[in-house]
Amino acid sequence: MTNLKRHLGALTAGVAAVALLAGAALADPAVIYDLGGKFDKSFNEAAFNGATKWATETGGKFQDLEITNADQREQALRKFAAAGFNPVVVTGFAYGDPLAKVAAEFPNTNFAIIDMVVDAPNVRSVVFDEHTGSYLVGAIAALKSTTGKVGFVGGMDIPLIHKFYCGYKQGVQAITPGAEVIENYTGTTPAAWNDPVAAGELAKADFDRGADVVFAAAGGSGLGVLQAAKDAGKLAIGVDSNQNYLQPGSVLTSMVKRVDVAVENAFKDGTAGGTWTSGIQAMGLANQGIDYALDEYNAPLITDDIKAKVDDLKAKIIAGEIVVHDYSSDNSCP
Amino acid sequence: MDLDTIISVLAATLRLTTPLLLACLAGLYSERSGIFDIGLEGKMLAAAFAAAAMAAVTGNMWAGLLVGILVSIGMSMIHAVASISLKGNQIISGVAINFLAAGLTTLLGLTWFHQGGRTPALAEGGRFLGLDLPFAFELKSVPVLGPIYDGLISGHNLFVYLAFLAVPLTAWVLYRTRFGLRLRAVGENPKAVDTAGISVVKLRYQALLITGLLCGVAGAYFSIAQGSGFGNNMTGGRGYIALAALIFAKWRPVPAMFACLLFGFLDAVQIRLQGVDLPLVGQVPVQAIQALPYVLTVVLLAGFIGKAVGPKAGGVPYTKEN
Repeated sequence: MTNLKRHLGALTAGVAAVALLAGAALADPAVIYDLGGKFDKSFNEAAFNGATKWATETGGKFQDLEITNADQREQALRKFAAAGFNPVVVTGFAYGDPLAKVAAEFPNTNFAIIDMVVDAPNVRSVVFDEHTGSYLVGAIAALKSTTGKVGFVGGMDIPLIHKFYCGYKQGVQAITPGAEVIENYTGTTPAAWNDPVAAGELAKADFDRGADVVFAAAGGSGLGVLQAAKDAGKLAIGVDSNQNYLQPGSVLTSMVKRVDVAVENAFKDGTAGGTWTSGIQAMGLANQGIDYALDEYNAPLITDDIKAKVDDLKAKIIAGEIVVHDYSSDNSCP
Repeated sequence: MDLDTIISVLAATLRLTTPLLLACLAGLYSERSGIFDIGLEGKMLAAAFAAAAMAAVTGNMWAGLLVGILVSIGMSMIHAVASISLKGNQIISGVAINFLAAGLTTLLGLTWFHQGGRTPALAEGGRFLGLDLPFAFELKSVPVLGPIYDGLISGHNLFVYLAFLAVPLTAWVLYRTRFGLRLRAVGENPKAVDTAGISVVKLRYQALLITGLLCGVAGAYFSIAQGSGFGNNMTGGRGYIALAALIFAKWRPVPAMFACLLFGFLDAVQIRLQGVDLPLVGQVPVQAIQALPYVLTVVLLAGFIGKAVGPKAGGVPYTKEN
């Protein structure tokens, strides 16, 4: 008899736990942006767009937060998890360490992180094949360049941005062997994501050195590169979001990372009616997670020849005929 | 290093020197009158924000510049009331100005424009563009002098020329006018000035008014001339570099220009040296290059300028004896 009671007790506790879990699964999702802010017209804005799309399609509500300094990451994560938001999506590699800590503290909350791998049973890590997308825009840059010199302005000097550079360089040199790619970084601290003046000066320096296309992989700082390209009558390539519309005629194309799709999927899978999967989720050319942008703003710049050539390269990469070296695989660029 | 590279580095030097120089001269007026001004940074930041906000809303660069100057003068007057009339500690008041500007610009930017503290990018007409000096195009083909005139001297925006014109103007005001004489005197020996029947308080207020004006122009340069729109903390500590240049120049206008040019040059070189193979050393890591201006600041300030003695009455509020 006592045995039965104990079993019943365990059963009730189990049911309660399941109910609690279900309750958590029905909670509102949340997204926390990285430094650079929600409306950086780039990486974070893409995340916001994905969340908004989910909200308008499902009629659901979501919570979001812009941190203003690096120390707020862990605090914000813990606060959102404790407040019962589920899933909690964070954008940016810098959330890696805080998330590893907080995810262990809240095993019943699902988390997703963009651009970083966090190995925990309740974390979905979304990573992008930036190298293949950068390869394509590099090819476009080389096809468009008349000087045989192109530039690259990265944000913070970190391996993730080297991955962009490395793919870009390979794409440029696939079209024009031996072409010079000028490599710059805005800075070495997170402030480098938000320094359009420095990024603009770097772009001007590249133009002065003979480059006529500059790829900005620098978050909010990239706006300075686009402006500099417009002022100098040269071309820039945007990143993360489609930035073609920002300076029409001066933005050759954008290397689009569908962060919006990643966030939207995480929201869909993590809320009622969805099935959450943890682990690594790779976004690449094949599943349209990465692409180059073509719209009415840059259509006059991308000739049919360029388009045909680039689409051919894209098909070859997807088919595996061209292998683009991934910087993050061995931290070096050929 | 061919001529084109040199010209491009020097042109970048002029662009990067401009805000330093304006802020440095602003500090010169204030400190020569005996008021320490550590709040140059804050005034520039506030002006940068105000100018960008106004230019974004009205689409008029002149309206932006005007509002930037007014806001900077307003902040300067807060500093004046606190440190001249209320005889408060000038350093603390200056620090307060810096914090006030850093917080307020971000807060107002977030509330007004919802772009993470940024102001919207400026359209044509909202921004000061480069001016082509007469005959720049025609003279371009003249060897050596042509490219120098076209690439280095012509093509900057109005602020760059204003900043460099402000140097001889300041020197003239300081050493050749009655106001300048009194200004220097009030920073050295306010009692003597007072004994001569001249108002110390009024002179110091006038000095801070000029400081506010120059900081306003410097701030506007960041957001509506060099850049296009305001970004969080976009002045990036240049107010402090200007202060270092002021001490380096021993509070004199022409040396101040050279000190600012040196810092501007280091900044420009820092940008150009990225990814360049240098003879003997090869490619230098980005971090090392970016630290260069600061390393040189420390070295120069520590060893090469000799003793820098500021105006004697600096930092001391003036109290009339009964």
